Amino acid sequence: MAETTLPGLVPDVPIASRGYWSSVFRRLSGDWTTILCLVVLLIIILSAVFAPWIAPADPYKTSVIRRLKDIGTPGFPLGTDELGRDMLSRLIHGGRLSLVMGITPVINALIIGSFLGIVAGFVGGKINMVIMRTVDVFYAFPSVLLAIAISGALGAGLVNSIVSLTIVFIPPITRVAESVTTSVRNLDFVEAARASGAGGFTIIRVHVLGNVLGPVFVFATGLISVSIILASGLSFLGLGVRPPEPEWGLMLNTLRQSIYVNPWVCALPGVMIFITSICFNLMSDGLRSAMDVRA
Amino acid sequence: MESKAQPLLLVKDLKKYFPILGGVLNRKVATVQAVDEVSFEVAKGETLGVVGESGCGKSTTARLLMRLIEPDEGAVIFDGEGVGEQHGLSVRDMRRNMQMVFQDSYASLNPRLTIEESIAFGPKVHGVSGKVARERARALLAKVGLDPNLFVRRYPHELSGGQRQRVNIARALALEPRLVIFDEAVSALDKSVEAQVLNLLNDLKREMNLTYIFISHDLNVVQYISDRVLVMYLGKVVETGTVEAIYGDPRHPYTRALLASMPSMDPGNRTTAPALTGDPPNPINPPSGCRFRTRCAFAEEICASTEPRLEMIHPAERHAAACHMEIAGSGHSKAMATSPPKAPPQPQHMGVVA
Repeated sequence: MAETTLPGLVPDVPIASRGYWSSVFRRLSGDWTTILCLVVLLIIILSAVFAPWIAPADPYKTSVIRRLKDIGTPGFPLGTDELGRDMLSRLIHGGRLSLVMGITPVINALIIGSFLGIVAGFVGGKINMVIMRTVDVFYAFPSVLLAIAISGALGAGLVNSIVSLTIVFIPPITRVAESVTTSVRNLDFVEAARASGAGGFTIIRVHVLGNVLGPVFVFATGLISVSIILASGLSFLGLGVRPPEPEWGLMLNTLRQSIYVNPWVCALPGVMIFITSICFNLMSDGLRSAMDVRA
Repeated sequence: MESKAQPLLLVKDLKKYFPILGGVLNRKVATVQAVDEVSFEVAKGETLGVVGESGCGKSTTARLLMRLIEPDEGAVIFDGEGVGEQHGLSVRDMRRNMQMVFQDSYASLNPRLTIEESIAFGPKVHGVSGKVARERARALLAKVGLDPNLFVRRYPHELSGGQRQRVNIARALALEPRLVIFDEAVSALDKSVEAQVLNLLNDLKREMNLTYIFISHDLNVVQYISDRVLVMYLGKVVETGTVEAIYGDPRHPYTRALLASMPSMDPGNRTTAPALTGDPPNPINPPSGCRFRTRCAFAEEICASTEPRLEMIHPAERHAAACHMEIAGSGHSKAMATSPPKAPPQPQHMGVVA
């Protein structure tokens, strides 16, 4: 940046002006719940990424003699499943698919939904009508049913369940983006930008996007937990990934029959889903309050 | 004097009715007559004060001038060129010459942009390079009394209300406009800061050869800063003239009531009776004839049947009022009986009845 020294003024004094993101970070650093959630999520994500190196055993290796061992069995810290596979290794590997199926649809929906919502909110009028009423149609169905219906129509498989979950999450994100954009559009600084002769695209890029994406991003973070649960549900119903792939929802499904034999081991995939989704939820709450400028 | 020169801004019969949509099919059920046939002019280098109660159409007029809302009818002529007309001035070019400062200093700055980015935005839109725009922003900050070294990288929430309004003024000046509209720009500031900002405005005006339209409900402020005053009531101009004429010899009953409601520093002038009672009538269905007649102590039959036109009272002071009592031969008992010979009979302006 050009540092022009104006006559009669003190030369550059270093000033501690906090930027927006640094003030968000400062507020976040005092919030222990959110930090704990971030750490737990980081552990889960890293262990999923480095699963082949971390997992103590082969998640596909079956054994008839050591089926459904208890938690704490030597060599199998979290026991074994109904085919004698190491639960710990399967849970670590299962995180890969579960997280991909949980996060990818939300990212896709975030991109498509924000675009639709910002266009609807900024342009208004008939375009808003068309987009928002179309979105309302999707609200007529419960999200679980909609995901099952689309998945069922497209057929089982990883890509198809991601597509179906993306479609499920576009309407809520569009709605949030639209309502935030509508409120931002009516603020004086957008009027002032129009008064300085800027076109619609420039105003969206400079003035609307930065103010809309924050709240939408926070909302989307909250949806990740829902997405993981829905993805697990699809796998549980046989519409997601197929055996013998390790995936938390699918594992929950296959272990279901053994619940009376060894309930603790059978509950483990559910515990992982629970921890991951609650961490995403609490993190989104923490982000929401940290990103509130007026706080 | 100046009256022969071409006015910087000429507004003719500006009109904006807002439709009220209702019902299942969003059909128009009524209209709010926000601004109704408002005409005025602003000479180069003068400050025109616009006063009136809340909801009388002051801000709508400002937004119409900036084309932030489209007028239904009427013409705006900037320095001899019709705005938005063929062969005239494009809206974009008009916005380079005319800028506006809003009332809410916080809402009118983007919370995610630094002060420098906010000020440099306008010039950048008009093709000025980023470097030059930033330099201009720093120079303007110095001009409005904020040390650029301390403020360029700050965010709006780190500034006080007075500082933010100075930034807004700098932002408006960044396009080097010739006319600046202040829409209640100092109303939200406390009195000492308000005085500083008003003095700053006077200095800037002299330094940069600016022309101001100053909208406010604060009569003291308007008296201090304006050369000429426009009084509005319910979307209409009721009286206009130089500051001395309006404050010294108000002719319209509404202007008199407004001035009587002005707080006075003199304990001897203390009044307990309200100058004006009641609320302004609903602009959806304004009274027939003179819009002020429902609250006017002198209202007669003629006031209900005929809308008074703006009548020149004192040409030297450019003092005009829209009141039947000032129109000779109007039929009002307080008006002069006959029309003076110099004024040819003009067609009566009929009130628009919704």
